[in-house]
Amino acid sequence: MGEFKVHRVRFFDYMPSGIRALAFNQDTERMAVARMDGSVEVFHCSDRFFQEKIIPGREQFGIEGLSWVGERLFSAGLNGGITEYDLTNQKVKYTIDAYGGPIWTIAGNQQGTHLAVGCEDGTVKLFEVNEDNIQFERNLDRQKSRIVSLSWHPSGSKIAAGMMDMIQVFNVETGHSMHRMLADRGVGTSRSKECVVWSVVYLSDGTIITGDSVGMVKLWDDQTGTLIKSHNVTKCDVLALSVSQNEDSLVAGTSEGIVVQFQFVSMVLGKDDKEWVRTRTFRNHTHDIRAVAEITTAVVSGGMDAQLVVRPLLDKIEERSAASALRKIHFPHRRLVACARKSGLMLFQYPGHLELWRLGESEGKGIPGSSLFVKRNPEKLLHLKVKGEDHIRCSAVSPCGEWIVYSTASTLRLYRLHCDNNNISITKISKLPKVLSSANQLCFSSDSSHLFSASAQSSVHLVSISQSGCKFVGTLKPKSGSHQAIHLLAASEDGKWVASANSDHEVHIYNLQTRKAHCTVPIYSSAVTAMGIHPATNCLFMMHADQQMFEYSIEQKQYTDWSRTVQRKGLHRLWVERDTPCLNVMFNPQNPSHVILHDMYMLCIIDQSLPLPDDKTQFYNQLTLKSLTEEQRKSHSHAFKVCKTFKDILCVELMPDQSLVVVERPLEDIATQLPAPIKQKKFAT
Amino acid sequence: MWLGFGFNLIKIFYVSADVLRVLSATDSEPVVLFCCGAVRFLDSLLASPQQPIEDVLTEDEIIRWSTIIKAEHQLVILFSTEQRGEHCLYVQRFNPNTLMKHRFETEPGFSAPINFSATCRGSNIHLLYLYLNGSVYESVLPFRSSSTGAEVVQALSRSLCLSLPLGEEKLMSGAAVVLDEAHVAVVGFPHPSAGACKDYLCIWNTHFQTLQACKEMAGRIYSQLWCYSGKLYVPHGKMLSVIPFDCQKSSLAAAMGKQKCALVLSFVTYDVFFLLFLQNIKSALTVDQLIQHIKTSAVEDVQAEVGEFIRRTPQADLQLAAGRVALELVSRSQTDANFYPQCAFLLLLETRYLCYSVCPELLSLAMVKKDFHLCQIAFQIFSDIPEAVTCACLKTILSTPDLEMETVNLDTDSVIFMKELTRAQSRSDEEGGQLNGFCPPALESDVSDTPSNKLQRDPLALDTSCPVGLHKGALLNEVLQTAYSDRSLLPHLKDLTVPQVIVFLQYLRFLYFKYSHDAHKQIRALRTPSISQIIDWVCLLLDAHFTVLAVAPEAKRLVFDLHKFVRSQVKLYAELGKIEGSLQVLKNSKQSEDFGMYAIHVIELF
Repeated sequence: MGEFKVHRVRFFDYMPSGIRALAFNQDTERMAVARMDGSVEVFHCSDRFFQEKIIPGREQFGIEGLSWVGERLFSAGLNGGITEYDLTNQKVKYTIDAYGGPIWTIAGNQQGTHLAVGCEDGTVKLFEVNEDNIQFERNLDRQKSRIVSLSWHPSGSKIAAGMMDMIQVFNVETGHSMHRMLADRGVGTSRSKECVVWSVVYLSDGTIITGDSVGMVKLWDDQTGTLIKSHNVTKCDVLALSVSQNEDSLVAGTSEGIVVQFQFVSMVLGKDDKEWVRTRTFRNHTHDIRAVAEITTAVVSGGMDAQLVVRPLLDKIEERSAASALRKIHFPHRRLVACARKSGLMLFQYPGHLELWRLGESEGKGIPGSSLFVKRNPEKLLHLKVKGEDHIRCSAVSPCGEWIVYSTASTLRLYRLHCDNNNISITKISKLPKVLSSANQLCFSSDSSHLFSASAQSSVHLVSISQSGCKFVGTLKPKSGSHQAIHLLAASEDGKWVASANSDHEVHIYNLQTRKAHCTVPIYSSAVTAMGIHPATNCLFMMHADQQMFEYSIEQKQYTDWSRTVQRKGLHRLWVERDTPCLNVMFNPQNPSHVILHDMYMLCIIDQSLPLPDDKTQFYNQLTLKSLTEEQRKSHSHAFKVCKTFKDILCVELMPDQSLVVVERPLEDIATQLPAPIKQKKFAT
Repeated sequence: MWLGFGFNLIKIFYVSADVLRVLSATDSEPVVLFCCGAVRFLDSLLASPQQPIEDVLTEDEIIRWSTIIKAEHQLVILFSTEQRGEHCLYVQRFNPNTLMKHRFETEPGFSAPINFSATCRGSNIHLLYLYLNGSVYESVLPFRSSSTGAEVVQALSRSLCLSLPLGEEKLMSGAAVVLDEAHVAVVGFPHPSAGACKDYLCIWNTHFQTLQACKEMAGRIYSQLWCYSGKLYVPHGKMLSVIPFDCQKSSLAAAMGKQKCALVLSFVTYDVFFLLFLQNIKSALTVDQLIQHIKTSAVEDVQAEVGEFIRRTPQADLQLAAGRVALELVSRSQTDANFYPQCAFLLLLETRYLCYSVCPELLSLAMVKKDFHLCQIAFQIFSDIPEAVTCACLKTILSTPDLEMETVNLDTDSVIFMKELTRAQSRSDEEGGQLNGFCPPALESDVSDTPSNKLQRDPLALDTSCPVGLHKGALLNEVLQTAYSDRSLLPHLKDLTVPQVIVFLQYLRFLYFKYSHDAHKQIRALRTPSISQIIDWVCLLLDAHFTVLAVAPEAKRLVFDLHKFVRSQVKLYAELGKIEGSLQVLKNSKQSEDFGMYAIHVIELF
């Protein structure tokens, strides 16, 4: 098969941002995740938790709460504003001020008519949800302390609010408080500290469940306003609560990083008098859990350690499948690294800046497994700070390394890089065409002469770039279909074709000579996670979130024979069960039958000339092959050559000199940069 | 039935109701069972054929099974009936004539017992019945009815005596028959480990719920099975196999679970062999002839004949015969002081069809004759030696002087092991150091004596010469490897005298020290006692004789050394446990080789 020189890069200091809030939409099976940096992500729960949408955050834009109202998503934060998101174009739709100081919590009623926000000034404000905006309706009775948590009764007539040291139950109709329930403070020294009711859940049977800073999960009766039962879950705070759709299970996340499940079960078999009983404990986090959500078959949790953990509830899963495995999502399902292949440059995308690095050089040759002497160290050429408060949505570097482009929600900037003898300078290209105001995805043509910018309504703007300037050439529009934002672009090597994929799983192919839509790939049920156009055959190779792969001949407008064979024979079980999506598709110009893929844990070369493995063949066979002779290898090898030497991979790129660039971000490194978790007594430390 | 009349039909009697069956037991008057459930003695019926027959059963009640049992000159007729899914058992007793009705408890999903087997034991009838779900129940009915004319139909009290394993196939039928109080023969149910094929005759021990023996039957088994006077009759395919069986009392070995896996069949509680109907295998000398010869012939002749018999007899027959021959040989040897056919015994042992239970006297005979070679082979082959006998042998071995022992011819492999073991010690002594030895750091804190004293007290350098001769050691090794259970062994171990205990303990300490030096690992031998066996015996011995050892002055040093050595080992392992943690960390750190922020590697894909 062959040897590869690998640039193993670990200097991309990517830090995922902690998770602050979760909101699950049962109808669309989407999980919205808000992070500390103000970004909002939407995951598709039934499509292997693929990160469908990313709305970048802003500086000083902390989100405290997320809420779905129907298919609309709202957030509120400490800046005092309520924000609605335009999920089609993946941007903020509008923000309105609630005029109540910082907002700690937001909750929509089940009827989809009202939003309630809890403010620092002690008011619960009701907003009416209109067709395309929200409108302030009224305040409920103002309280003395801030409103930290809110929950609507499923009927929409009552609201429970968690505050400092107490819980109030409001009648929505009158706006008056119906009950006031006092939460006990802790004992001993914490007696002087206020008890913060971090989270509240209002069940349809009138039970109010609260989680507080004393570490208690308490159950209250809203008829009498009395405490029914309290469970001491932890010594520190219970930060988040979530109840299942049918209200028979409750999960609580604590600042120790554990999730505790309670279930509503009858104490005597066959009897009807049920009680909330603590059943399971999940320990998947190292830091505070700021948000939990119970979805149909799993508990999703996230917190300061920035990983989204999907812990399946095995009693609700009927068969072993990809859905029954524990899933931890560490990295975004987008590429944060771009490579200028022809010049050996790498562009790292951070939320607030870009870094451009030049790869190092090696000397001599080495046997497989060895590391080579580094003649020249990698070098950071550029640190480009973003103007304005918006975070970067997408960026690209041209293959020749001369052009850098990035886009935020509000602006798009194109820079030209001058590089002579270690003197690096950049010039910003002014007077960009108006269509280049913002982009969802950016991509250069392979000869670096054109820039593709994915814009609203699934359209792609084509701009020619040259030393003289930047000229709008045309807009590529799909003939029909959805207007969802494009998240992937792929241009062909010969400059004839460009393909775009949007979050409705549509893949459109455009002819660049006629600037018309050429065809649309048949829509597959799972999202496209990576795609590339083969330089020799002009076939579009697509990877999907469910790990299926398709190869589509652009010229013949049909799937290739190889692709059909793959679909007919099926992929190996171990391949399909992998739990991170493939994020890049590359081709080896020297060996046209090779397709290079990678996900977070592995790098894979698919040799299309070799037989496909069936479920009986050993899938990860590299070690076996290594021990065999050249002759024997032939009979044992199959199309999937998986290399698991690297881990926590952010990006793999094949350079023209046949060397690979593997950008790793070890999770241990991330862990060391996280703030210290709550001090816990650990055995033998 | 017609036998009494000859084969000619002499006379036809017409009776006033449908006859179901004529039942007869040996030496008793035949009984006629009518379809309606009534019962008459044949003679009385023939005397007045047209006598009215009363209806015992209701209209749609049908008799499914019936049998007659005779004991203590008393006849009992049992029959089971079915009526709309309900199954009942009727017990008809005579003198006085009583009819009891019992109802079978219903098994969910399996309403009907599919097979019955009734035996008479003591003053009770034991009725065994089988359900399709593999449950075998036993009900005990008194022979003589205690209450007369109780009209209430009672549920039959029952106890589950066996749960047969079910295969994947759906079973349609099966049969079970009682062999004796502890054994049941079953056909039609799958062998627990033989897979789906269910054409097995299995013999189960109901006491221990174990499969005692099994035999695959060629062709389909028809789920029928009879047992008459010590023979099992199994129709299968186009054949009827007649299988004489012999139930021995379940041995202690089986009870204590000593027969660990895989040995179930080699431990022959039954000598089961199969004769095809009308087929006889001729051998040079039948067992009976041989046994007659053994009673009279000279030792040499007997040995030759036994050798010839073993060679010529088919394996299956030999299995049954070996025990009988051995028993006969032993009984003659016990009466005739000059008769001791050692070669014949060895040959019989080599067949591996003997076990302690088959011929219990053999081992004690060998001990009396001081035939240690035979003892050694028996120890190796018998896996069911009772603890009392093990201890008696141990006592004999320990009390026999070494000099006498050295002349005995023993299994060479075991002697070589002992030679190597003692040689390894002398070699290490010559080298003046300890082979692979360590100086336990813990000792320093324990012994607050002067350095010279400490050196002298080092248990590793101290007294590691073998306290017994090679041959005695080899025999003791065999004893160490026998199976035993602590609780049964302990009382018998107390029979050892103090000097015997001390010698044995010295030998065990010798082995233990040797093993701690890993010396045994360099020796290739087939049968060697394991370190855990040695330690177990040390513990047992100390347990049995602790008070004696504590006061006996000559034992003090021995116990003290052992104690110290064990303590140092415990401390060593504690230290090793700590090191293990550190090594784990090292291993982990090695896995994530740190190359800093950047490196250029070469990988190869195949």
